[in-house]
Amino acid sequence: MTLRFDKLGVVIAAIVAYAAFAAPFATFRANRIVPGQARSILEALPATTGTLLLAIIVVAALIALFRTPLALRLAASVVALAALALLIGVAGTFLTPAGNTFARISPASGFWILIFAFTLLLADVLTRLNLSPLARVGVLVAVSAAIGLLLISGSWNDLSILKEYANRADSFWAEGSKHVTLALGSLAAAVIVGLPLGILCHRVERLRAGVLNVLNIIQTIPSIALFGLLIAPLGWVATHVPGAAALGIRGIGTAPAFVALFLYSLLPVVANTVVGLAGVPRAANDAARGMGMTDRQRLFGVEFPLAFPVILTGIRIVLVQNIGLATIAALIGGGGFGVFVFQGVGQTAMDLVLLGAVPTVALAFAAAIILDAVIEMTATKRRVETA
Amino acid sequence: MKAWLPSLLRLALVVLLVAFVTNPGWFEPLLKPLTENNAPVIYNQGSLLTLTLLHLRTVLIATIAATIVAVALAILVTRPAGAEFLPLSRSLVNIGQTFPPVAVLALAVPAVGFGEKPTLIALFLYGLLPIFENALTGLTTLPANVVEAARGAGMTGWQRLTKVELPLSAPIILGGIRLSVVISLATATIGSTVAAKTLGEVIIAGLLSNNLAFILQGGLIVAALAVLIYDGLSAIERYTARRMGREAE
Repeated sequence: MTLRFDKLGVVIAAIVAYAAFAAPFATFRANRIVPGQARSILEALPATTGTLLLAIIVVAALIALFRTPLALRLAASVVALAALALLIGVAGTFLTPAGNTFARISPASGFWILIFAFTLLLADVLTRLNLSPLARVGVLVAVSAAIGLLLISGSWNDLSILKEYANRADSFWAEGSKHVTLALGSLAAAVIVGLPLGILCHRVERLRAGVLNVLNIIQTIPSIALFGLLIAPLGWVATHVPGAAALGIRGIGTAPAFVALFLYSLLPVVANTVVGLAGVPRAANDAARGMGMTDRQRLFGVEFPLAFPVILTGIRIVLVQNIGLATIAALIGGGGFGVFVFQGVGQTAMDLVLLGAVPTVALAFAAAIILDAVIEMTATKRRVETA
Repeated sequence: MKAWLPSLLRLALVVLLVAFVTNPGWFEPLLKPLTENNAPVIYNQGSLLTLTLLHLRTVLIATIAATIVAVALAILVTRPAGAEFLPLSRSLVNIGQTFPPVAVLALAVPAVGFGEKPTLIALFLYGLLPIFENALTGLTTLPANVVEAARGAGMTGWQRLTKVELPLSAPIILGGIRLSVVISLATATIGSTVAAKTLGEVIIAGLLSNNLAFILQGGLIVAALAVLIYDGLSAIERYTARRMGREAE
C-alpha cells in the first residue's frame, strides 16, 4: 500500500503543528483583567496527561495528512476534539493555585486553533459523508449533549468563562431567555405580517416594487441607529396611548429592539415569499384553475406548498440574522447576551465577552443547521411529489 | 414613472449628502426640534466630514482585502488541483455566515486591541462570504460551450482564467461585492463600540446622551451612503453584464 497525501490534510497538519508546538495552549492570569502569561501544552497539564494529549494530536494529524478511510478520519477528529475539550478543563484545575479564587485560566490561541483544525477535519468528513438532513440534526443533538454533559459534570468549572458564569448564573439565564424571545418573537411577528404582505405583492404588481424598495432602504439603516431612532416614537406612544405602557411599551428597553428586529426581518420574508410564489410553475396554476379551484384554494392548495421551501429559506436568513442582531439590543437596554459582550468590552474582561458571544454563536449555528435540514426535507419531499 | 426621475432623486441625494457633511450647520434648524434642554444639535466632538471619510476608508480597505482573498479562494477551489476543497469551502461559508458581527468584533479585540483593527477584521471576515459565494457561482455556471471554445482555441489555463472565465464572471462577482459593501457600511458603525473612528461614534454619542438629532444624522448619512453606493455598483454591474451578455443577479 502506498501512502498518498491528502491535500486538505496537508493544510490541517500544518495548522496543527503550529498550534501544538508554537502557540500557547492556555493563559494564566493572576486576576481577571491583568495581561496573561502563556502556557504550552506540557506546561499546562500534568506530565503524563500532556504527553498523552500531544500523542493523540500527532496521530490524528497524521491520519488527516494521508489519504485514509473516512471512518478513520471521523474517529481521529472526534477523539482529538474530545481529548481537547476534556483536557482544557484539566488544565484549568492544574494551573489554578490551590485555594486561589482570583486566578483565571483561559484557553489560549493554540487551543482554539487546534479546535478549529480538527473541526475542519470533522466538517470535511461530514461533508463527504453527505449526511441526510435528519442525521445532521442528530449530530448536532449528540454534540450539544456532549457539551451539556461536560458543563454539568463541572470539569470546566476552573476555566475563566465559567467563573464569569458562576458570578452571574441568574442574569445569564434571564438575558438568554430575553435574547431568544427577542429573536423568535420578532421573527414570528415578521412572518405574520410578511407572508400576507408577500402574497399581496405577488398578486398586485403595482405594489411590489414600492414595498420591496422601502424594505430595502430600511435594511441600509445601520442597526444601532435604527434601534436608537425607535426610542422616540415608542416613548411617545407609551406616554400618549392609554394602555400602551401597561403592555410593556417603553422608549428604551425591549420594545424598540423588538420593533427594529421586526423591521429588519420583513425584507427577507416578503422578498422570498414573492420569489417563491413567482417560481410556481404556470402549468400547476393552470391545472388548478382548470380543476375549478377558487383563488383561495389555489393559494393554500397549490401555490403555497410549492413556494414553501423558498419562504423557509427567507425565515432561515431572518432567524440567524436576528440571533446576531439581538446582541445589539443591549446598547439600548433591551437585554440579551449582548449585555455581557458590551460589559466585557467596557471592562476589557474578555472572558465576559466570551460568556455573551459563545452562546450567541452556538444559538445561531444550531438554528442554521436545523432550518437547513428542514428546508432540505421539504424541498426533497416536493421533488418526490412532483416527480 | 418618468425615466429621468430616479436619476434626479439620486443627484439630489448626492447634493444633500455632500452639503450635510461639509456644512452641517445649515441643517441645524431642521434637527433642532429633536433635541431637548439646549443640547448640541450637530455632532460636536469631531467633524462629520472626517468621520464619513474614515468610515468609507475602513469599508474600502476591508472590501478590497475581502475581494482579493475571496476571489483567489474561489479560483483555487474551481481549478482541478483545488477541487477537493470545494465541498468543504461551501460548508465553511455556510458556517461562517452564522457568526454575528458583534461577536467577531468583540472577539477580535483581545488579539489586536481596540480601534480600527478589530473593525477591519470583522468587516473583512463578514465581507468575504457574499463575494466568495458569488465568485463561486460565477465560475461554476460559465456557459460550457464558451469554455470549450477557449480550450479548443489552444488557450492555456491561465489565459482561459484571465481572458474568459473572470471577465464572464465579473458581473456576478460585482454583485457579491455590492452586497458585501452594503453590509460593511452598516456593520462599521458597530465598530465604534470598540473605539473605531466611524460614523457609529455619532450614533453612540446620541444613544449615550439621549440625543435623537445625533442618532438621526449618523444613521441617515450611513443609509444615504449605502443607497448611493448600492445604486452605483448596480449600474456598473448592469454595464458589465450587458458587455458580457450575461444576466446579472
